[in-house]
Amino acid sequence: MFTRRTALLGAAFAATAPVLLGRGIAAASESMTPVGLPADLSTLTRRKVELVRPPFVHEHEQVAGTGPQIIEFTMTIREQKMVIDEEGTTIQAMTFDGSVPGPLMVVHQDDYVELTLINPESNSMPHNIDFHAATGALGGGALTLINPGEQTTLRFRATRPGTFVYHCAPGGPMIPWHVVSGMNGAIMILPRDGLKNEKGEPIRYDKVVYVGEQDYYIPRDEDGNYKEYDSPGDGYSDMLEVMNGLIPTHEVFNGAVGALTGDNAMTSKVGETVLIVHSQANRDTRPHLIGGHGDYVWETGKFNNPPEKDNETWFIRGGSAGAAMYTFLQPGVYAYVNHNLIEAVSLGATAHFKVEGDWNNDLMEQVSAPGPIPRG
Amino acid sequence: MTDITAGSVAIIARILMVWALGAAPAVPCVEAAEPVPALVSIAAGAFRHRPAGEYLRAGFPDDAPRVAIGIDHPFEIMRDQVSAQAYDACVAAGACGPRFGAAGQAEALPATGVSFADAQDYARWLSDGTGMIWRLPTDAEWAYAAGSRFADDGLGAKTDSANPAQRWLLEYDSVAAGAADRDPVLRPAGGFGANENGINDLAGNVWEWTSTCYSRTRASAAGEVESVTENCGVRVLEGRHRAYVTFFIQDAKGGGCSLGAPPAYLGFRLVRDPARPSPFARLRAWLGA
Ligand SMILES: [Cu+2]
Repeated sequence: MFTRRTALLGAAFAATAPVLLGRGIAAASESMTPVGLPADLSTLTRRKVELVRPPFVHEHEQVAGTGPQIIEFTMTIREQKMVIDEEGTTIQAMTFDGSVPGPLMVVHQDDYVELTLINPESNSMPHNIDFHAATGALGGGALTLINPGEQTTLRFRATRPGTFVYHCAPGGPMIPWHVVSGMNGAIMILPRDGLKNEKGEPIRYDKVVYVGEQDYYIPRDEDGNYKEYDSPGDGYSDMLEVMNGLIPTHEVFNGAVGALTGDNAMTSKVGETVLIVHSQANRDTRPHLIGGHGDYVWETGKFNNPPEKDNETWFIRGGSAGAAMYTFLQPGVYAYVNHNLIEAVSLGATAHFKVEGDWNNDLMEQVSAPGPIPRG
Repeated sequence: MTDITAGSVAIIARILMVWALGAAPAVPCVEAAEPVPALVSIAAGAFRHRPAGEYLRAGFPDDAPRVAIGIDHPFEIMRDQVSAQAYDACVAAGACGPRFGAAGQAEALPATGVSFADAQDYARWLSDGTGMIWRLPTDAEWAYAAGSRFADDGLGAKTDSANPAQRWLLEYDSVAAGAADRDPVLRPAGGFGANENGINDLAGNVWEWTSTCYSRTRASAAGEVESVTENCGVRVLEGRHRAYVTFFIQDAKGGGCSLGAPPAYLGFRLVRDPARPSPFARLRAWLGA
């Protein structure tokens, strides 16, 4: 029987196959694993890490307390309908571990990342994972394509310190579609001896938050209302049309308009140093902290480069993750936005920090409250 | 509360506003062409109310004091918010501009995506069509009629005047708490229930325009008013929380600033003044004098 699901599976494989062939990897899907000398990891210890939902980040050391380890992660791919704005607009999202973005993974340079990726039977499509931090096999994408009801384990060595995007890349037109349906996240690979300032001196953060920015392309009906679909496949051709126009209908932080505002606003206090990891897997963005700065910014996210200092706005290239470190100096409510302000205000790319502490009149003071203009 | 100068300024501002909106009163029609919506009678009386606007005490933002406000005359207020069907009849008649996001919306739902100027146009059209005087309620009238559904925006906390951030954080949390259980789906009249006066859907997910202008009051530490500045280009909306929105905005979802939770939908209901007054009285009513 030819169902929508088999059609989708077929489309995905058809789209993937030429890529695999072009790279000289065996075409038969059951023997995709390339053969090489087995790595000897017998001396390494293993550590299992439970991932947490963004903007939160799992516990980790900033300076590695041991030599390189094998860090084990598990992520389950979830295809799920998600509400993405306050009007109740939905998307048939594809996610790593049920959130957009997927969780931030944190390891140290020279650790081995060992990810078990699960595609439950209840899903409708094949998925994989491409780590920008990994070397070879399309970032692991060529080794991890799994159908519903399958799982796979990939190991790669974290050779370069920095923040890097990961995303699903199941081939051809499926790639951007899966990515703009939410299937992306980031990994942070810390130098073993931690972060350093421009002089090479160690610097630390008190808290890390992960902001994943997502562009959505939701089709509309004749009346201009957003359409709703029963399965990802139902919306595919409509969404592709919107995607090809390159103008997102939504540009949001952590999956939905308001996901990091109101009751979900991030919190800090005066004197606290926060590291903000910001990823955008598909489209350029320019984070800005209104009323604050980037004390140290790794705009490209790569920690072997000295950080820039005192930034007002920093650029995150589509398909990358960057990191900004800031110590809050003044209490209040801060907006953290994509400083294309149309995208921030109209499309949703706004987050808030609520910051407690004492006001510093030396940094700022209202000398005269608003009032009538004096006469004469 | 306002001194004479500020009061005059307010009246002049209202005249300018009416003039700017082209709202010169027309002679009432002899025939009632439009059906009269269901109304709820509100008796005259008095209540304590925290007026809208920003309040500075000794230069620092503070809760405005609650004051005794007299409702000198009884009035009638629409039981339901103006419906999409009712508003769109005005659009069809060429007397009102199109709503924002109206396409494909059920007629029984409240009219949303309307600006203050749209609401004024509708009131004028309905007044012409019914031979009665319809107008937006003032903020105080709305609160008086809303009773237990009125959300007082006093923070009730003694904040440290040397740290303005304390108040910003309290306000943020207060608005966020109100927004937390927000249901974005519009409901037909009665969907959010009636208050103790039998008025439907107050403080549901449609905010309602009032005729009250945004104002900033400066008071001394002892609470003596030193100046009041009114800006009638921005009007007060009532709903789950008080909001201040520029008169031509039809949809505030995107927010007028980077902070706080904006109103979900902008709509309105009107009040009908008791008697059928002379054109002169109509003019006075329009000017809010
Ligand atoms: Cu995928």
